Amino acid sequence: MKRSPTKSNRAGTPAVLIATRKGAFILKGDANRRSWKLSEPIFLGHMVHHMVQDPRDPKVILIAARTGHLGPTIFRSTNSGKTWSEAQKPPAFHKVPEGQKGRVVDHVFWLTPGHASEPGVWLAGTSPHGLFRTEDGGKTWNGVEGFNENPERPNWCGGDPTPDGPKTHSINIDPRDKDHIYMGFSSGGVMETKDGGKSWRHLIKGLDVVGGFDGTDPRVHDPHCVRMHPQMPDRLYQQNHCGIYRLDRPAERWIRIGRNMPKQIGDIGFPMVLHPRDPDAVWVFPMDGTEVWPRTSPGGKPAVYATKDAGNSWKRLDGGLPKANAWFTVKRQAMTADSLDPVGLYFGATHGEVWGSRDEGKKWGCLAKHLPHIYAVEIASL
Amino acid sequence: MRVIIPSSLRSYTGGEGEVEASGSTVAELIVELDRRYPGLRFRVIDEQDALRPHIRVSVNCEIVADLSIALKPDDEVALIQAYSGG
Repeated sequence: MKRSPTKSNRAGTPAVLIATRKGAFILKGDANRRSWKLSEPIFLGHMVHHMVQDPRDPKVILIAARTGHLGPTIFRSTNSGKTWSEAQKPPAFHKVPEGQKGRVVDHVFWLTPGHASEPGVWLAGTSPHGLFRTEDGGKTWNGVEGFNENPERPNWCGGDPTPDGPKTHSINIDPRDKDHIYMGFSSGGVMETKDGGKSWRHLIKGLDVVGGFDGTDPRVHDPHCVRMHPQMPDRLYQQNHCGIYRLDRPAERWIRIGRNMPKQIGDIGFPMVLHPRDPDAVWVFPMDGTEVWPRTSPGGKPAVYATKDAGNSWKRLDGGLPKANAWFTVKRQAMTADSLDPVGLYFGATHGEVWGSRDEGKKWGCLAKHLPHIYAVEIASL
Repeated sequence: MRVIIPSSLRSYTGGEGEVEASGSTVAELIVELDRRYPGLRFRVIDEQDALRPHIRVSVNCEIVADLSIALKPDDEVALIQAYSGG
């Protein structure tokens, strides 16, 4: 597919927002992406699950955090991370009547800035499953009742206690329609709303499930990362617990494009990154999903795999990455791309290294190391 | 009464490790602390009004589980981070 004209990376220079189990960091690059400078820790010791810049107001950055002792909250900066203030009303479920067991937000897992037409709106996905919305830039959050309080919700998701709790993630808002949203649920499959969250339906046809489960039950589906192409919003990609998939709406059945990956590598992994302009170009970071699921680089040889034809073929990209004895694990939020030309790619691994490529994955270099366990990396422009 | 604040909550109290506050019960005391130090309560008590799993409260050095326990003006209350690993 022909690429759209080159776009700049917003204003400013690229920066990687790094969320770790022990705090957040900002890795700021120069205009050429050749030299990188790591910030001091931000909220050192806090478990930061996501750190995201607002593309509609780039001085705004939100952080989803908790500590080992203290409950979950959201911090907000309006000056590119110089100072932070805490949400006055963080995401929380309704209190239930005495004698009933109510849900408690353990952590906010995912942050997505709202539609371009709705400044100040963000959506947050939580563990256990929950969807929350702010209309004031992150100061006060309320539940999206059509999901959180829907009587069908227990039948949709949450049957499978994934490590560290079930997660609502991959909130994708259609740039053509603020009320059209796709989300991923681990577990619970992929869901779509066309009315801003009042009603929901599943998109799980064509997805494989672990042997022994009933694939018609959405609760056993585990999409690890779902991405919608910003310039072709009817195209969705998904890195699932059971393979890599593409869906071109209005079709309803996912196609397992991971079948075209090398057999010895497989198509298991967590993150997935889309080219900002070319809807046919995708990068994944495969992991070992054999036997006991080590979730490490297959064979101890880390590599990114790329497709430029919407998943019909894949190419190994490991230039500059360790050639052996490197057991990287990259989580679902821990890989991102900038919007420069050529596209820059970045991933963070659980052993605390951030790697980057200035040429769409052909050659990689280590940009930062000795960080805590990395949960997420997101591109920003500062 | 004297309230001991753990290090993790001192960002709310302006760095103070001890504050004076009042309340007829532990629950009311924490509401009063939240009034003075907005945001503090939700970090230690969840939306179902239960203590967070790794937070403890002691009254005169005795751990209490019931937040409705009555307090006297000369009691000493401590919010405690439970030992919970690395």
